[in-house]
Parts: sequence; structure tokens; C-alpha cells
Amino acid sequence: MKHILKILTLLLAFSVIWIILLETSVIPRTYTWLLPVYLIVSLGCYGLLMVGVGLMLFPTCPQDAVLLQKDIIEAKEFLKDKGVDVGSDRERTLL
Amino acid sequence: MATEAAHGPLRCLLDGSLSAFDSDVRRRPYHRNCGCALHRAGACSNVLPCSSSHISYPIHRSWSPLSISASDPAASSPCVAIRLAGDPGIVGLMSKQMKEQLEREEKNKYSIIIPTYNERLNIALVIYLIFKHLRDVDFEVIVVDDGSPDGTQDIVRQLQHVYGEDRILLRARPKKLGLGTAYYHGLKHASGNFVIIMDADLSHHPKYIPSFIRKQLETGASIVTGTRYVSGGGVHGWNLMRKLTSRGANVLAHTLLWPGVSDLTGSFRLYRKSVLEDVITSCVSKGYVFQMEMIVRASRKGYHIEEVPISFVDRVYGSSKLGGSEIMEYLKGLIYLLFTT
Ligand SMILES: Nc1nc2c(ncn2[C@@H]2O[C@H](COP(=O)(O)OP(=O)(O)OP(=O)(O)O)[C@@H](O)[C@H]2O)c(=O)[nH]1
Ligand SMILES: [Mg+2]
Repeated sequence: MKHILKILTLLLAFSVIWIILLETSVIPRTYTWLLPVYLIVSLGCYGLLMVGVGLMLFPTCPQDAVLLQKDIIEAKEFLKDKGVDVGSDRERTLL
Repeated sequence: MATEAAHGPLRCLLDGSLSAFDSDVRRRPYHRNCGCALHRAGACSNVLPCSSSHISYPIHRSWSPLSISASDPAASSPCVAIRLAGDPGIVGLMSKQMKEQLEREEKNKYSIIIPTYNERLNIALVIYLIFKHLRDVDFEVIVVDDGSPDGTQDIVRQLQHVYGEDRILLRARPKKLGLGTAYYHGLKHASGNFVIIMDADLSHHPKYIPSFIRKQLETGASIVTGTRYVSGGGVHGWNLMRKLTSRGANVLAHTLLWPGVSDLTGSFRLYRKSVLEDVITSCVSKGYVFQMEMIVRASRKGYHIEEVPISFVDRVYGSSKLGGSEIMEYLKGLIYLLFTT
């Protein structure tokens, strides 16, 4: 099944539940009318929360950058010995 | 993943390779008293009216439907074939054990495909680090260069003199034709049964390749993908804006696509060659979306995907080739994937 169909089925299920709630009016109609709005708002909150939390806990690895610099120096020495042209004149260093 | 497990018994019916177990036991004497499925199969053959039993088991190597047959002529006496369909339980058990056994014993070969465009210095450093970290692994490096004007190919030729032309293959193309087709081009020249894909820009450190290989051997996965977003992994050198877009893109993709993989746009991955061949032919996207399409399609096809943490240090030398309207491209790609996978 194409993925979009799965999502549409989910939406359909939600709207069926919603319509049933509307028709049977187990809870007051004014509340039921607002339910989809709540759904969208909570989805948005979820998204923002996930981005925010992810941003705060963004895994970083400063020590790997240091190790990489060591590796680069080591590699350059070895390659220079072997006659590979690793002169970095044309390159720009960003770190 | 669970899909693969359910896949197993089914797969053996499709693969249906034949083999004689008794010769296997002979070649692997430590199997004699282990009481494993293989050995029990031998015991059950005593009940049957024949001198040697012939039994089928699946080989979980999807790169070729190879069948291992009795190399010992003495073993090829009249025999009874225990039907695969007969007992899925036993077949499942055996498939797991045999798979582990085979994968540990056979010599795997890994083809490392590195696409380059103006990576003169980086490619030399990466290749040095690959050879440093992969000491007792059979591998080859395939550099797919798109006619870089900075002389990347000269450097690769110099490296061939140092490490050997059979270890480093230069498969250049005349002009810049894009990343997706670069992988495909490299794949055509790969001789290994596994393919590792990585960037040349040193954001993907070769020190992680052994953990990819180990993970594959432990789990028998078809794809092992490096992930930056779990503990043990990480990113260095990104500013807040870059982190924000990355997070936003990730959350959006996860809510919409449910891919079951934490890092969709990472491109440091190990594939079974046959799986890569299968997936890559159905992928049409470019840039970041290409990586996402690959993993989403593979996951939809039910391939077993595992993850290992990697750290990602932003490029030190050279400049990024992705750019422009990345965000728009990404959103378009996301919608495309929603409708086609
Ligand atoms: N053969 C080939 N290689 C390419 C092409 N475009 C990019 N590459 C290589 O693909 C790898 C990834 O490219 P990058 O520009 O670093 O893209 P990125 O890593 O997603 O972006 P950054 O995080 O900014 O570095 C590098 O090894 C490049 O040299 C291309 O058109 N052809
Ligand atoms: Mg990069």
C-alpha cells in the first residue's frame, strides 16, 4: 500500500469517529466541533516540541574534530613520504 | 527488523538451494557433537532408509542464488530429500545457524565506493585512513570522479602507485553527472559482495567502517546505515541554523514517512551488493533526497536495516557541492516519497 493511503486511512478513521461523535452528541456539540482544531494544534505542538528537544539534545562530538586533525597530520606526513602531492596551498582551512 | 524474520522461512522456499550436510560435517569437524540443527538433521536421517541424507537450507546471501553442493563424490549416494515445505520450524532454525556460519566463514569482500568532485586533498587523506583502519579485511576502493578540474584524478593515480592498482580503482566520468548516477557507476565496477558508500570529504571517518562490518556480521542485515542522531554519534561544526533545518527536516520526515531509521539523509552506509542494485534502480531523486529515497524504499521492501552511531565532522577542506534551494528540493522529495512508496 502506498504510504499516502495509510495516512489517508488514518485521517478517514479520525473523521468517522468525529462524525459519530457529532451525530450521537455524547459530549456537547460545541466541544465536538473544536476537536479537529485541538488535533491540529496538538500535532503542531508535538512537532515544535520534537524540534526543540532535538535541538537542545543535539549530539555533538568536539573530541572527534580534534582526533580528525591528528589523523590529518599523520596522513599528510605518511603521504608526503610516499611522494603523494598533499600540498594544501590551494585548499582553504575552515577549522 | 521484524519484517526480515518473517521473511526468513519464506525466503528459503524461494531460494531453495540444495546442499549435502554430511559433507559439511566432514569439512567442519567441530560440528560433530554440537547438537545443532545441522547435526540433528544427520540423526534424523538414520530413521530414513538411506545411507546419506540430502537436505536443503537457504543461503542468506542474496548476492547470488548460489548453491553449495556435495563436493565429496562419496557422499553422492542415493539420498532422500527432506522437503523444505515439510517443517518450517526446522528450516527456520537451520537457516539462522547456517547463515551465521556461512557468513563468518566465507571471505566477504567489501567494495568502498567514493564519489568525488574537487576532493584533491580529501581523497588522499580518506584513502590513507581506510587502509589504516581496515587491516585484515578484503576490500577495494572505487573512486568515481566526475572530471574534477582540481586534479583529483592525478592524486588518485599517485595513490594507486602507493597502495596498488588492484586496491584502488579509478572509475572516472568525463563530466559532473551527479551523485546518484555516480554510485550506480561505481556499483557496476564493484567486485565485492558488500558495498560501502561514503563521502570523500572526511565527514565520514573510515574508523567506523569496522563497526559497520561487525554489525552486519552480527545481525546478518542487508543494510547498515550510519546515524548521527543517537548517543555515541554526533555532529561537529554545524551552526544553529544548520542544526535547526536538520532537526526540522528529520521530524517532518519521521511524522510523514515512518521510515524506521533515525538518520534518513546520512550517506555513510553498507549494503549487500544485490540489495543496493535492487534499490538503486528504483531511485530517481537527487541530493539529500536521494539518500532518503534509498533508505525509505529499502525499508518498504522489507530489507533488514541496522544502524551504527557515527560522528560527523563538517568538512575541513574543499567546499560543499550541495546547495541552492535545498529546503524546497527536500520538501518536494518528501511529497514524492509519500506518493510513490
Ligand atoms: N562523482 C561526483 N561526486 C560528487 C558530486 N557531487 C558531490 N560529490 C561528492 O559527494 C560527496 C558529498 O558531497 P558534499 O558536497 O560534501 O555534500 P554533503 O556532504 O551532503 O554536504 P556538506 O555537509 O555541505 O559537505 C563528496 O565526496 C563529493 O565530492 C558529483 O556530481 N559527482
Ligand atoms: Mg559533506
